[in-house]
Amino acid sequence: MDFTFNEDQTAILEAVREFCREELAPRAKETDEAAAWPAENVRKLAELDLMGVPIPEEYGGLGMDFLTWSAIGEELSCACTTTGAVYGAHALALVPIMVFGTEEQKRKYLAPLAKGEHIGAFGLTEPGAGSDAGAVATKAIRDGDHYVLNGTKIFISNGGEAQTYVIVTSTDPSRGARGLTTFIVEKGTSGFEFGKDEKKMAFASLPNRELVFTDCRVPKENMLGRENAGFLVAMRTLAVGRIGMATGAVGVARAALEAAVPYTHQRQQFGQPISNFQAIQFMVADMATEVDCARLLTWRAAWLKDQGKPFEKEAAMAKLYASEVAMRTTTKAVQIFGGYGYTREFPVERYMREAKLFEIVEGTSEVQRMVIANHVLRELNR
Amino acid sequence: MNIVVCIKQVPETTEVRVDPNTNALIREGVKGIINPVDENALEAALQLATASLPQARLRDAGEGKVTVISMGPPQAEEALRQALAMGADEAILLVDNAFRGSDTLATSYTLAAAVRRIGDADLILCGKQAIDGDTGQVGPGLAERLGVPQVTFAIGLEVADGKLRAKRVLDDFFEVLEVKLPAVVTVVKQANDPRHPSMRNVLKAKKAEIKKWSAADLEADPKQTGFDGSPTQVVKVWPPEKRGGGKKIEGSADEVAGELAKLIKDMNIAAG
Repeated sequence: MDFTFNEDQTAILEAVREFCREELAPRAKETDEAAAWPAENVRKLAELDLMGVPIPEEYGGLGMDFLTWSAIGEELSCACTTTGAVYGAHALALVPIMVFGTEEQKRKYLAPLAKGEHIGAFGLTEPGAGSDAGAVATKAIRDGDHYVLNGTKIFISNGGEAQTYVIVTSTDPSRGARGLTTFIVEKGTSGFEFGKDEKKMAFASLPNRELVFTDCRVPKENMLGRENAGFLVAMRTLAVGRIGMATGAVGVARAALEAAVPYTHQRQQFGQPISNFQAIQFMVADMATEVDCARLLTWRAAWLKDQGKPFEKEAAMAKLYASEVAMRTTTKAVQIFGGYGYTREFPVERYMREAKLFEIVEGTSEVQRMVIANHVLRELNR
Repeated sequence: MNIVVCIKQVPETTEVRVDPNTNALIREGVKGIINPVDENALEAALQLATASLPQARLRDAGEGKVTVISMGPPQAEEALRQALAMGADEAILLVDNAFRGSDTLATSYTLAAAVRRIGDADLILCGKQAIDGDTGQVGPGLAERLGVPQVTFAIGLEVADGKLRAKRVLDDFFEVLEVKLPAVVTVVKQANDPRHPSMRNVLKAKKAEIKKWSAADLEADPKQTGFDGSPTQVVKVWPPEKRGGGKKIEGSADEVAGELAKLIKDMNIAAG
């Protein structure tokens, strides 16, 4: 395993860091408080070729690996969690099209996603299907050259703003998870509308909307993967998505650590900076160690994917650990800031609210433990 | 339209350290960056190059060419690569031991020789001044050397019918000047927001060729370059003395006012 970045990766990460430092970070508070789609940031990501990092060059992407995609995502999330989340949710559409798309689908949909002309979103979750992905109730019934979709998706990140949606439907309810089929659905398709945009604990500028399908006719060419093989598409997408969520979690955890450390030097109590106190030092040591562990788990999962090796268990481990580290690290950061940390004067209370998302989204911590346990119980059963 | 942008690599720091023996800036361990306002000059050039096309479409290679030049040590190549990453088409480093010790007179001589060698420049842009030397003389000097009109402190630029219309920002007013091309313009920070390079350009710039021109390539008169061409000699450079911490007066408003009045009185500076 080698996480040494080559010259190209190093140059790209350096340019991304500069962009984050100069553009994203100074506006992060404003971006969150606007409670509106961060159009300007997303436009800039597109201009900088950052919306198509893992997409092959022949389809207009940068053709970089998922390790680089993750390292870039960490920088974005650390500087502006909202922008990092858009970047992560966008990948949930481009990954299944990259992996399962026909040549025609790739030409048609990947190119505008790579250029950021189109934003992507992935629709799996429903009122009755969250952790239990097999319980999808949105139906797709074949009618000639089309499939007719009926049902509702909820909490869909980038919903409403995205043009390209990868939607998981049920084509054969009697077969449960084995009867799911995935489609690419374009915004503007008749019968495809947007419902409620959830008001959340944090991430006010990230849309999490209802997608409502009412007799929505989707051409059969838009089927992604084979009929009734949608569970595989969803699981593969979620596995990469978990690397993305782990990435975002590492980003917000790092942001909390980077906010807290300078404060420990500034803040004077009992006639000295609080960084002199062991109680604070131990918190900082734990935060730094855990952030590094979380990043290494995340990079390992990305690296395995890049090597074409199985990475499902490792992605679940990274997502589980990184999201819980994000929660612990941001909570400690608030504690270090004390009363000020509880105010909106400082970003750490926002980080703490944002961190909670990562323990829930794309498979709760409990679901990750189920996935990991399934692997471990099998692997070590001799 | 062909535009030449002159850039300088400067140390990325506000804490400039000076070698007490040579009076030269200590550059070791300090990252080199493009002089910030030179990025504004480059941004202005990139915008003009695009605007000069029929519809403001993306530029194809070769049209509305933007060439960046820099005189400096070999490591100034990094600044030129950053400029290429931002979208410049070509980069030339003027590098020669004979250029060492150049003051603004010698620098403008050398840059002028390079602009002449490039040959077909319609417009030459510089940043208003560099954050290390802070003279603001190279742009005007370059215009004199080339015998072309100059506009300093430009905040806005427009080109039409072979003429340049530039808005200058002065202490408390703006001034709009129209000059014939070619001309030299120095650009201020408020002129624009320099773009961040796209990742594709970052990768391209890493592999791009940077031309290197020596004094011989420029057919430069050795008496006019480097130390020999520089009548200005830096006698001494030192960082400003740190200001004292001041005095904090505490107490009620009345006490503070009384104490302050007494202090001012003791200084003998208050009138009456």
